[in-house]
Amino acid sequence: MNSVMRRGLARLAEWAVVLLARLVTAVRANWLGVAPVPARRIYFANHRSHADALLVWSVLPPRLRDRTRPVAAVDYWLANPLRRFFARDVFNSALVERRPGAPPEAAGAAMGAVLAAGDSLILFPEGTRNMGEVDLLPLKSGLYHLAQAHRDVDLVPVWIENLNRVLPKGEVVPVPLLCSVTFGAALGRVSGEAKDAFLHRAAQALLEIRPKGDAA
Amino acid sequence: MTLADPHLLYLFLGYGGLLIAFTVVGQVLLHTTGAGPMVDNFNARVAAWWAMAALGSVALLTGRTGVVVLFALCSLAAMREFLTLTRFRQADHWAVAVAVFAVLPVQYWLVWVDWYGLYSIFIPVYAFLLLPVLSVVRGESGAFLTRVSEVQWALMICVFALSHVPALLYLDIPGFEGRNLLLIAFLIVVVQFSDVMQYVWGKLLGRTRVAPSISPSKTVEGAVGGILTATLVGATLWWMTPFTPWQAGLLALAINVMGFLGGLVMSAIKRDRGVKDWGHVIPGHGGFVDRLDSVMFSAPIFFHLTRYGWSLT
Repeated sequence: MNSVMRRGLARLAEWAVVLLARLVTAVRANWLGVAPVPARRIYFANHRSHADALLVWSVLPPRLRDRTRPVAAVDYWLANPLRRFFARDVFNSALVERRPGAPPEAAGAAMGAVLAAGDSLILFPEGTRNMGEVDLLPLKSGLYHLAQAHRDVDLVPVWIENLNRVLPKGEVVPVPLLCSVTFGAALGRVSGEAKDAFLHRAAQALLEIRPKGDAA
Repeated sequence: MTLADPHLLYLFLGYGGLLIAFTVVGQVLLHTTGAGPMVDNFNARVAAWWAMAALGSVALLTGRTGVVVLFALCSLAAMREFLTLTRFRQADHWAVAVAVFAVLPVQYWLVWVDWYGLYSIFIPVYAFLLLPVLSVVRGESGAFLTRVSEVQWALMICVFALSHVPALLYLDIPGFEGRNLLLIAFLIVVVQFSDVMQYVWGKLLGRTRVAPSISPSKTVEGAVGGILTATLVGATLWWMTPFTPWQAGLLALAINVMGFLGGLVMSAIKRDRGVKDWGHVIPGHGGFVDRLDSVMFSAPIFFHLTRYGWSLT
């Protein structure tokens, strides 16, 4: 497949994915704390569904979407040609190793390279999908190290509401429900802040932008 | 029926004229009093009315199929909002998926092929008895009755009730052949006008709340004023219906009262779930359910009164 055709197909797939996301979830973006403007950002979000990254990515205006790369695991997304097409050509994912034994610095370096190129990242600092009753799992330290290494990049908390009910773990057919994606204010930088204090502040920033009431 | 039908043409012109007037008022307000929440909301509503009018016109011009498809899509959007506020669990995932992707299209297909005997009972009987089975096989009993009732309620309100609007196209009324679209126009115009006038009278004279614990905005003065004004309008629209002026007025009264009570019922659900609107899809109006609640509660009553009194089928 030549590259022009591949790019065309990727655009087509992007529109299809965005259209499908809107039909099923009527997703609304609430830009509470930051405006949808091009700036280097780390969007860090709560994680309850396989489609979380897709939903955040789909509410970004197209010119931001082109320069915002969801962080995704190499072992899953390069497993077959279709996933590879979506990860590389459609979502333009920042692919990282997550296998046990992989050096933790490698993931940091891969994400750092994306930021250094002037792009933004979408990542899920809980590390794994939250299947329990609590709203948020403890955040992993990766966010802290990334924030330390890139002090000039905005850290934007993102709360995804309801998507876990659209497509719970183990289901194949999504059910239509209203979802929302809320963007909070960029996390302030505190010099000399300890890791735990930083992660606590980041978790609070996420919990504070949860929508009130039952509706998305 | 085509645009050549003078009654439909009058309706188009009247509705278009009203919208143009509203648009002018909105722009004048914007340039005199300036932007504000009240003016912005009014202009957002007018813009949404234009969109609804455009969609409705396209559906009307494509005939029965267009109208059936339009209301099926409205049902889908309404289900999306209603289910968001229900408390179904993962154990109900299949029941919900079947309700949306099987029951909804089958109900509208039954309307489209005019199978009255089945579409009248499909959801109240078959879906009612079979959907709880899809939930129970997943083996979770917690809040079971609440869960299955909410899914059934979503179907009854958003699909069953709303599907009676396109069903009006299939009534066989002697001397009214080929003009059934006007029955839909009558129902929607009267009910929506009643909603608007309840709001207007409530803003002008509203003092006594109907049910403060359920809806902060519904007043006795608004309800009575709105229902009576829209009933009067219904009576003056008799020329586009198979009814006499008195009959048109009484039917308008029945659907306006049902529309008002439906709004009250749906407010109780919103109040319980702690939200002001059903959704955010239509700017200025909230969700589809916010706009359609009065139609959902009045359409089946209007359908059956008209069918019993005027139709041969």
